[in-house]
Amino acid sequence: MSDKYAVIGKSHIKVDGHAKVTGSAKYTFDMVLPNMLYGKILRSPYPHAKILSVDTSRAEKMVGVKGIVTGKDTLGHKNGPWRRFPELCDEEIICREKVRYIGDAVAAVAAVDEETAEAALDLIDVEYEPLPAVFDPLEGMKEGAPKIHEHAERNINVTRRIEWGDVNEAFEKCDIIREEQFHTSSQAHLCMETHGAVADFGYDGKLTVWTSTQSNYFIQVLLAGMLGLREGDVRVIKPPSGGGFGSKFELDAAQFCASVLSQKLRRPVKIILTREEEFTTTKRKTPMYYYVKVGAKKDGTLLAKEVRVVTEGGAYTAMGATALYLTGFYSCMPYKWPHYRYDGYRVYTNTAPTSALRGFGAPQAYFAGESVIDMIAEDLKIDPLEIRRKNAVTPHYEVPGQAYIQSCGLSECYDAIEKHIKERGKLPPQRGIGIGNYAFMSGGIFNWFNTPYAFSAAIVKINIDGKVDLFTGACDTGQGSDTTLAMICAEELGVHLKDIRVHAEDTDLGPADLGSWGSRETLMNGNAVKMAAADAKRQLLEIAYTKLKPNVVYDLDIKDHKIYMVDRPERSVSYFDVVQDTIRAKEGQTIIGRGHYTPHRKGMVSPAWGFGVQAVEVDVDPETGKVKLIEIVTAHDCGQVINPVAVLGQVEGATMLAAGGAFCEDQPMDNGKILNPSIGDYKVLRSVDMPKTVGIEVDTYEPEGPFGAKEAGEGLTSPTAGAMANAVYNAVGVRIKDLPITPEKVLRDLKEKEKGKKKK
Amino acid sequence: MRKELRLTVNGQPYELYVKPKTLLVEVLRNELGLTATKRGCESSSCGICTVILNGMAVKSCSILALQAEGAEITTAEGFAKGDQLHPLQKAFLDYGAYQCGFCTPGMLASAKTLLDENPKPTEEEMREAIDGNICRCTGYNSILRAMTAVVNGEYKEEK
Repeated sequence: MSDKYAVIGKSHIKVDGHAKVTGSAKYTFDMVLPNMLYGKILRSPYPHAKILSVDTSRAEKMVGVKGIVTGKDTLGHKNGPWRRFPELCDEEIICREKVRYIGDAVAAVAAVDEETAEAALDLIDVEYEPLPAVFDPLEGMKEGAPKIHEHAERNINVTRRIEWGDVNEAFEKCDIIREEQFHTSSQAHLCMETHGAVADFGYDGKLTVWTSTQSNYFIQVLLAGMLGLREGDVRVIKPPSGGGFGSKFELDAAQFCASVLSQKLRRPVKIILTREEEFTTTKRKTPMYYYVKVGAKKDGTLLAKEVRVVTEGGAYTAMGATALYLTGFYSCMPYKWPHYRYDGYRVYTNTAPTSALRGFGAPQAYFAGESVIDMIAEDLKIDPLEIRRKNAVTPHYEVPGQAYIQSCGLSECYDAIEKHIKERGKLPPQRGIGIGNYAFMSGGIFNWFNTPYAFSAAIVKINIDGKVDLFTGACDTGQGSDTTLAMICAEELGVHLKDIRVHAEDTDLGPADLGSWGSRETLMNGNAVKMAAADAKRQLLEIAYTKLKPNVVYDLDIKDHKIYMVDRPERSVSYFDVVQDTIRAKEGQTIIGRGHYTPHRKGMVSPAWGFGVQAVEVDVDPETGKVKLIEIVTAHDCGQVINPVAVLGQVEGATMLAAGGAFCEDQPMDNGKILNPSIGDYKVLRSVDMPKTVGIEVDTYEPEGPFGAKEAGEGLTSPTAGAMANAVYNAVGVRIKDLPITPEKVLRDLKEKEKGKKKK
Repeated sequence: MRKELRLTVNGQPYELYVKPKTLLVEVLRNELGLTATKRGCESSSCGICTVILNGMAVKSCSILALQAEGAEITTAEGFAKGDQLHPLQKAFLDYGAYQCGFCTPGMLASAKTLLDENPKPTEEEMREAIDGNICRCTGYNSILRAMTAVVNGEYKEEK
């Protein structure tokens, strides 16, 4: 299959690889500018309180302190990515009158070094009037609960309904019905590079911000709005980024506070969040109360599903409104439900705000969904894989009113996983394999950000020596999009990967682009890059036609630096010569190709879908309740694979993050205070915990994607928790419905089960 | 009151004066400008500040700079010889054993320490050697594959 292509489909070392393995990559964390100050942020110790006064006079007198800003130094604008809906822009970032969670910012200090800035925080006197607080969303939505935002009655932040068919009537026709309640836990993104920024506001009125972000463009626009600047006067540069996972595409306190301080002091200010701030203030995965009712016919045909979700929103909207919708959408996937209804409520609480974490509301939906499918399969005595296969979406299926699916390799994925399970044969006692499957978007069709620009755009510039500059607004946070896009560019243009230089880091250079989230880069940016490369290539071919003078029925193409007649490849001219001639023919102008992509008429959610089926094998110790991961095998459909080594990295990385969330990661709280805000106390999977992982790519072609490619990687956070819960059930017969699946819960349920047996 | 500190980093001897409570990682990053070594926590638990000190993998945030008096230290800047990468670096590239790259210098330090000490480790020994290094991107198995490739002699060190 790969022979068709010269560049894509073969593993390539990433374009930033050498810088990263030699340690020469310079992150925001490493940056130092001349005359730079260091900033620290003062944060609320109360979950809910009025700010009566902020007195900075003692701190200002401290030697080394150069400036302090409070809410009074801001314009009082409220930030939020949902710019089409002003009431959802609800975060001041530096609070003026009220704090809403432990960690809300109230002031920021700039000093000659971090130590001085930190010490100065202690000298800022804030007088608070504590207010009654609410931490649980079910409590928060009761009449009479403490009101967190004036505009939100019963603290209800957003509601979403998705519905088709007639669910109530359909349940009457079902042979079997299951009703279950689940609860999903919080999870920290735990980017190895904490959020940080260096802001430099110059005397020319221009603000430059270097920051570890998933979207230069979002930060540019949001900062401009919050600071009252024109977008063109804000330049955002992304150095290599130490991870994002959904936590770095909103404007954060480091970026905002550093900018406000720099604007006031006219000196560069660097703020790097501490690990504790990273755990407590940079958003987190959304915990959910999840009610589900499913009904099926005796033969396993799924008829109706009803889902009601109440999510813990925390203090602000953030990306939570999108997550609430996506939880609703993914709760129907990847099955053909003729009747479906979802009601989602996102409720403000006095806890750290919740938002997107790799999967964007999908992992929660699939944990419950894939658990309940296994339960109903058992009720019906149908094999779990068979019930999935029987009801799964297929190519050209329309999810009523929501989405249209073109390519879909689920069927091949089932075959691969079935083969794997058969090969494993009979398992020893306390061992179990559980499965889960999923669909995931290749970029969202949402424009709550209200951008007037295309969703993705690219510029390809061919220089006199044949070297190609690719300008894109895509944001590589380690997943490898710079390389993927360079490969797509090289393939389309018929040159080598090393001919391409990617410029993806700078809003002053690249076109506006929504950034890296929702698995949008390969498909959306890839299409824009392919179009830009094709535009540049067309200009070269115009000149090549005059040299090769083919019969009009022949056409030309470029491969391996040769421009050739497709039907007579021996007749060719050099790419390099044609580049020079084209520039001459254009009166010395550089060759520039432009491309863009915005999905049209592709439904409500995404223009294309990645799919996968995963089998998780566990070993459960009935004495301790400890679950050991043995092996995770994933059959995966991401369309045409662009860079195989990068896709495998995405599959394995997503699986680890999902397994961690299902297995051990959690953020317990006491009255709104996160109790484990350090890496020592927050348990993650380490090298010794990670089981064997196998990725099997199934071959499909997505008509909407560049060269047939689509989503890879984020979706893979979806099936793991459900598959693991199913595996534990298959191993020892206990069904864990609240994440994470800790030894305590397994042991508790094993004991309950034992008691139940004795009673019988 | 600053104290004198002598140490060798990547073959280069240094003499400097540091405050007694300065951490080794602070000297490397702030005094010597060797920013390959990162910091990711305040509790010596993430491993991304790992360097090789007298042949041992050491978290440079967990020791005072003055404790490194006279030590020979290698950081990620010192693994390659000019443009000749160390076999582990080559293997990390080919096997995609890094993504965001922030943990990579520390990960390489832990991996290199093991292989310098024990060129034929078992898989378990390899997993244990990098157990103190958190990687949030890769899921570790690509790192194991890269290390295994070096152990199996797929990459030779250039002389």
